[in-house]
Amino acid sequence: MKLAIASGKGGTGKTTIATNLALSLADTGIHVQLLDCDVEEPNCHIFLKPEIEKTEPVTVAIPQVIEEKCTGCGVCADVCEFKAIAVVKGKVLIFPELCHSCGACMLFCPEGAFREVPREIGILEKGKAGEIDFIHGLLNIGELMSPAVIGAVKKAGGEPDVLIIDSPPGTSCPVIEAVKNADFVLLVTEPTPFGLNDLELAVGMVRELRIPLAVGINRSDVGNDDVKEYCRREGIEIVLEIPDDRRIAEAYSRGEMVVRALPEYGKTFEECWARIVDLHNHATQAGTSVGKTEAEG
Amino acid sequence: MKIAITSYGEDLKSKMDKSFGRAKWFILMDSGTGSFAAHSNKQNVNAAQGAGIQAAQNVVNLGAEALLSGNVGPNAFRVLSAAGVRMFIVQGDKTIEEAVNEWKEGNLQEITEATIEGHWV
Repeated sequence: MKLAIASGKGGTGKTTIATNLALSLADTGIHVQLLDCDVEEPNCHIFLKPEIEKTEPVTVAIPQVIEEKCTGCGVCADVCEFKAIAVVKGKVLIFPELCHSCGACMLFCPEGAFREVPREIGILEKGKAGEIDFIHGLLNIGELMSPAVIGAVKKAGGEPDVLIIDSPPGTSCPVIEAVKNADFVLLVTEPTPFGLNDLELAVGMVRELRIPLAVGINRSDVGNDDVKEYCRREGIEIVLEIPDDRRIAEAYSRGEMVVRALPEYGKTFEECWARIVDLHNHATQAGTSVGKTEAEG
Repeated sequence: MKIAITSYGEDLKSKMDKSFGRAKWFILMDSGTGSFAAHSNKQNVNAAQGAGIQAAQNVVNLGAEALLSGNVGPNAFRVLSAAGVRMFIVQGDKTIEEAVNEWKEGNLQEITEATIEGHWV
């Protein structure tokens, strides 16, 4: 089972839920792997404190001009969707940090005047956090291509009983890279107007990807009931509610795991997992939609 | 000599647009005759990325030999300098006419490196 933890809004508690769910499952003897795919600012390691055993570079392929073949015709700049190439005075200028490695310049160059060279944009770190297999990616500062690092983290993942993916926030390319091919998505939100607005966007994205989903509400006893109303209307199950408990914030601020500092929450995460497994099984039997489909809604 | 000026509007009374890559318009002027034409930069105003590079490519393709703007980022600078386009920085709130006059009087600072960091940093 591949479970992605995502949210439209940042700061809702994805990492708290991903790490504590991972730990509470590992405590019951399940083989868990946690992939921190928030490669622009990964922070699962702050809480799980893994011992890193292996570090690998992540590279992307970028074009390099073979000067003696290039005629300066400018086709490469014309076909570059990402404006990563300019051709002035017959000279090709490549801007590697803007390149998406799509290969269009190589494909369309009439002279075959490009070769591909690797460029390092980040690293992977693999290790163990107790019984949890841990992998995270780190995008180098100033780099834009986080999906490439996220893809590398996911590729490095194995076949554990449960694979938990901590996604970056939002609904754009990095999130889609993190969430795609997951068996189930848990969308974390908070009961505020911002939380609801961004939850709606995230639900739209996950439905577009045809992955079954459920919602977890953090600080569930603050704000208003609009998120619950929305979930009811949309037929989305709320599988986790974490109250606004000052002791959780204190444990978090010390970099401690909630299920260690406050063991009574272990049950909350176990029950959440049981509901996810149920919903996943149900969705697998019934096709891939959970809640109303767009056609019905 | 052909000069390009970043502009909010299509005529010489328009205010200069201080950004380069996402400027609304480029005024291309023949400094000898004073004749000019406005070229829309609309496609780059909302570009996801690479606005500076594309705008610089366009300015080069228009045949400009000098650029008057408020700022030039590192990518645009690389394209413009590779093409031999000289870059001059206009300070303060000026119209196109005022900026061109300052340039003609030799009062504008020519830059030899980018004036701002890339916007992705």
